Amino acid sequence: MTVPPVATVSGERSRARRGGRSERASAIGTSRKTGYLFVALYVVLLALFGIAPTVYAIYLSVTKVGGGFVWGSNFTRAFQDFRFLPAFEHVAEYLAIWLIAEAVLIVILALMLHPLSRRTSASFRFLFYMPGALAGSASVLVWLFMLDPTLSPWHFLLSLFGYSQIDLVLLPSHLPWIFAIMAFWTGAGGWIVVMYGALNNIPDELLEAARLDGANALQSALRIKIPLIKKWIVYMLILSFAGGTQLFVEPQLVGQASAGLVSNTWSPNQLAYYIAFINDNFNEAAAISVTLLILGLLGATLLVWRTRLFEIS
Amino acid sequence: MKWRVVTLIVLLAFTAFFFVPIIWVLLAPTKTDTALTSSGPFAFGNFSNFFHAWKALFGFQSGVMRGWLENSAIYSFGGVSIAIVAAIPAGYGLALTQFIGRKTLLAITLVTMIMPATALVLPLFLEVNSVHLTDTPWSVILPFSFFPFGVYLCYIFFSSTIPRDLLAAARVDGCNEWGVFRYIALPLARPVVALVAFFAFVADWNNYYLPFVMLSTNTKLPVQVGLEYLISSTEAFNPGNPGTGAQLVQRPELALAIVVAIAPVAIVFIFAQRTLVKGMLAGATKE
Repeated sequence: MTVPPVATVSGERSRARRGGRSERASAIGTSRKTGYLFVALYVVLLALFGIAPTVYAIYLSVTKVGGGFVWGSNFTRAFQDFRFLPAFEHVAEYLAIWLIAEAVLIVILALMLHPLSRRTSASFRFLFYMPGALAGSASVLVWLFMLDPTLSPWHFLLSLFGYSQIDLVLLPSHLPWIFAIMAFWTGAGGWIVVMYGALNNIPDELLEAARLDGANALQSALRIKIPLIKKWIVYMLILSFAGGTQLFVEPQLVGQASAGLVSNTWSPNQLAYYIAFINDNFNEAAAISVTLLILGLLGATLLVWRTRLFEIS
Repeated sequence: MKWRVVTLIVLLAFTAFFFVPIIWVLLAPTKTDTALTSSGPFAFGNFSNFFHAWKALFGFQSGVMRGWLENSAIYSFGGVSIAIVAAIPAGYGLALTQFIGRKTLLAITLVTMIMPATALVLPLFLEVNSVHLTDTPWSVILPFSFFPFGVYLCYIFFSSTIPRDLLAAARVDGCNEWGVFRYIALPLARPVVALVAFFAFVADWNNYYLPFVMLSTNTKLPVQVGLEYLISSTEAFNPGNPGTGAQLVQRPELALAIVVAIAPVAIVFIFAQRTLVKGMLAGATKE
């Protein structure tokens, strides 16, 4: 990540230059200094709360307490921590389940909603979208209730699998699935809306032509609709990947509610928190933070430069 | 015909998946703790149970819940306000003025917008700690006010909806650059102000990790973190280990706490559904 040329705020307001220039040239000329003024406050916030912590985290990750460079040793120590590998495995498993569920179910649901009448599909979209309001700790709490066989409305499903108590549901091997369900519950609706919007942008003539050529619903979905919304699917998966690596609140709260059933270093972010505040080793914690940061940054960079979804001009 | 039936079944099944939990949480506060397990999950209890749960929740530890809600309101309002004040001119500047480093700034904005905010929380804590601001409202409000997604939304808005000719005409009429922004662009920007406000509000209100790390005093917590404290005080989740002393929370109160905690965001979702959807689609431009 390159450090941006931070706009210097001169404090003087640019004087509008007049005369001797064409209209357009003067507009650009006068706006150069004011351009800096307009972005000044944002650049200060970006520098303080975006760039500075990034640089600081990198600095900490290669130094030791009290200063002095140690280069890679914080990283090797963190990587060799017996909790490090399991934490990344947990999140990898969670991501695999969640991303596959997103790629398959969200696309199928959007494709199913697409041919419905506008009004019908709008009601479904609203119902799917609403759990998004419960993102964060609220959704975890809701699912703690939903997964408790003694009071859950899904009691019949849980007992089908032989779960009579919440302790039997919150088994370590189930946790990636449970967190994936929570993430899907709050996030899927928003993405269904996005996919639906993308499907609506496909020209009718194209679908009509396919129909005249004898394509059935399944063929037109597989051969035309999905290829045309592919970049949105990639967009969703990369964003989810970047966000999913940072998992914290779900294992944290489930651990809180299950009195020790879930390790408090279940996810890498929890491990970083634990090493920072319980072991009091911010340098090693920073090494984990930087590792997570690089994962997030990779996702973001990939998205911006490879998919051309965003406009930079 | 067969497809229609399959479609309908799948859609109804997912409607149940998405909506049954919400209905259950809305009904739970009308029941007693024992009725939660003994009566049907969709049975309605009665209003007196609801008022009982309400009183117990807001009476918990001399009204700490109310304080958490107020904190959430203050932190979100503070974060959203500064984010808007910074994002509107920044989006305008990026879209309609020329300066060296503009493209770089735009690229960095995009990357920081996509990068999950959680990744920076620990280093932010150290930074804020070095100026002795941890456990103050500023430790939450200031990081909230950095909202690159809002800047990007404003950038898209200004570059696609404000006709350049209009701005040029204003300049010819003797408006200086600030005047052009203040009297031409800003009044037209009302829809994007609402859009940024909604997204920033939802993100700030639901943020858990940042306040969790920054704040240590119980009475300073926002409600999202307060919910965790309630879980640790709920008898059903911590049998034999109440953790926080004498006063315990029952499950109907906990369900009510969920409803109260998310009510502001839910209201925004219901009334601003269209705006929010528009913003999600604007997050990435179409070809």
